[in-house]
Amino acid sequence: MSGISHGTYEPTTRFGKWMDERLPIGRMLYTQFVDFPTPRNLNYWWTFGGILTFCLVAQIVTGIVLAMHYQPSAELAFDSIERIRRDVNFGWLLRNLHAVGASMFFIAAYVHIFRGLYYGSYKAPREILWIIGVLIFLVMMATAFMGYSLPWGQMSFWGVTVITNLFSSLDSIWKGLGTTIVEWLWGGYAVTGATLNRFFSLHYLLPFVLAALVGLHLWALHVVGQNSPTGLDVKTPSDGVPMSPYAVSKDAVGMFAFLLLFSWFAFFLPDYLGHADNYIEANPLVTPPHIVPEWYFLPFYAILRAIPSKLLGVIAMFAAIGVLLFVPWLDTSRVRSTKYRPIYRWFFWLFVFSAVALGWLGSKPPEGDYVFWARVFTFYYFAHFLIVMPLVGWLETPLKVPGSITEAVLGKEKGAEAAPAKT
Amino acid sequence: MKPSKQKWRCVAAAAFASLAIGATLAPAAKAADHGTKIERQDWSFSGFTGQYDRAQLQRGFQVFQQVCTSCHGLKRVRFRNLAEPGGPQFPEEAVKALAAQWPYQISGELDDEGNPVDRLPGLADPIVGPYKNDVQARAAQNGALPPDLSLIVKARSVESHAPWYSQWFHMLVDIATGYQEGGADYLYALMVGYRDPPPAGVELGSGMYYNVAFPGHQLAMPPPMSKDAVTEYQPEAGVKATLEQNAHDVTAFLAWASDPSLDARKRLGWQVMLYLLITTVLLYLVKKKIWSRLEH
Repeated sequence: MSGISHGTYEPTTRFGKWMDERLPIGRMLYTQFVDFPTPRNLNYWWTFGGILTFCLVAQIVTGIVLAMHYQPSAELAFDSIERIRRDVNFGWLLRNLHAVGASMFFIAAYVHIFRGLYYGSYKAPREILWIIGVLIFLVMMATAFMGYSLPWGQMSFWGVTVITNLFSSLDSIWKGLGTTIVEWLWGGYAVTGATLNRFFSLHYLLPFVLAALVGLHLWALHVVGQNSPTGLDVKTPSDGVPMSPYAVSKDAVGMFAFLLLFSWFAFFLPDYLGHADNYIEANPLVTPPHIVPEWYFLPFYAILRAIPSKLLGVIAMFAAIGVLLFVPWLDTSRVRSTKYRPIYRWFFWLFVFSAVALGWLGSKPPEGDYVFWARVFTFYYFAHFLIVMPLVGWLETPLKVPGSITEAVLGKEKGAEAAPAKT
Repeated sequence: MKPSKQKWRCVAAAAFASLAIGATLAPAAKAADHGTKIERQDWSFSGFTGQYDRAQLQRGFQVFQQVCTSCHGLKRVRFRNLAEPGGPQFPEEAVKALAAQWPYQISGELDDEGNPVDRLPGLADPIVGPYKNDVQARAAQNGALPPDLSLIVKARSVESHAPWYSQWFHMLVDIATGYQEGGADYLYALMVGYRDPPPAGVELGSGMYYNVAFPGHQLAMPPPMSKDAVTEYQPEAGVKATLEQNAHDVTAFLAWASDPSLDARKRLGWQVMLYLLITTVLLYLVKKKIWSRLEH
């Protein structure tokens, strides 16, 4: 993208010049985050990348402060959370921001993923960018899962028990393999304080792995440039605008609007997205009537339970995320953006509907019609990637895509006028 | 519209319609025993503006003290909390006197010779119940365990009984109105939900009581309050003591015990929302101004 820039970096102070010859951080920040050309037609769905960065930083900051008060032991964990809620100054706020923050992180991530799917942001040359994104999603899920275990309430304890037990299904492939893995995860023969300790340790580590992956994600993004609602890249200077102030000012609006939603939950509905059973201290002798994971895992939980065989259910659950890695090659369409795909558009919304329906079904007991519908939507979930994406892309005649971003924004004549002006 | 497009649309619409029809015809989800419908109550602390009613919390504490403490503790609440703003806010002297007369003692500490001693609670001590531990509680209660009540309102919720096709709508309404009082609604329903004799055909276990709100309807806790033996309030309270009033008040008190920072949380929440709203509007105007330099 270096060919298309609007300004140049000139350090003005002596220190700036001195630094620029040794470690040009200022130059890097200028070219990548000030002058960096962003498509001029980005809509508000594109503000979620910045929102997600904010979410990660917010989780790390609130998490580090919470860790100063939290006691990672089976005997003290639950009490220490209550101490934070009741006795630490603004502890209730920190804890709400962190717990609600996890949900907000996932809301933003799901919007971001669906945006990428809709506008074909995974297609060449953005395959690596997309794959790093899927890895970020996986690490996020692992982090959130371990984080949810830390309050050591009933749902924490039984959620950990159910999910870690899934690996025992590997026993049916190789006797003893699953059991060995599960005992290794637990650090014993059952979920105990040893499990809590290691989960706390990993819950503190993984966010920094996430930060590193986000760095790679951004790096890959700044090599290939941003996709746009038309699915076209920035090819000429008139297609793009400098990131600052254009994209930055738009990102700021999106971010603050998102913070309104975040605050609504953090201040007025702090427990709405959680489960009441987690206000009961973990008790290995009492199983809650319905064990449900946090809402953001529900679609995958529904897939797990939709399949009668435990092993295949586990495989399907992981495959539901794994299949995302292959999306760049499963989509055979000539155009990127679903805006120009009259047929695929319907399937896209059917997929969104299936994912939401699976989420709802995941919160219901695995019985009767719930199982039937979970199977229907699980089928479509996979069919969307494995059948619809390759087939519709191949069959469909896309609508006419504008020649350039400039043309899409300004109309054909003006776009043609603006395009050749290479400065 | 091209004919091929129309065809595709027909197929998609048909698939969608068959899904919807199938779901409607399918027998209603078998929610046989997933709890009774719990009526929503009018709480002073409900919604996104609600705050605790101090007088109600004081009355609720009185009910708690006279009724609940014979079996239950409130160990995560300390006596000093009763004098703090956002709660019942009794005068500190009254709370000191209350702690000094508390029927249950703080145990587990050692005297100078290393012998375990019991002592009277002070302001900084938890509001303990009659039992020193769960084993003792079960031994005294026929094997049933009266739970500590510090988090009882947060630890309970109500299930949605809306039909599957409108649950999303009720969810959005609850989010928009800031409904988070399911635990309080449940607890109130439990307090007033005892039926004696039980409905015809119900076989109660020994030492069990019938309650319409309790999942499974058989509960080891005897009715804590009844129409004939209400907790009388001070004459200056200006509230007639009835079973319903007692139940409302003690539930409000326990809601506070579960969530003592509610008043401060919602007050700060409005300041934050106002700040964010104004900033979002200003940022939007800035963005508009910046983008007006370009055709877009």
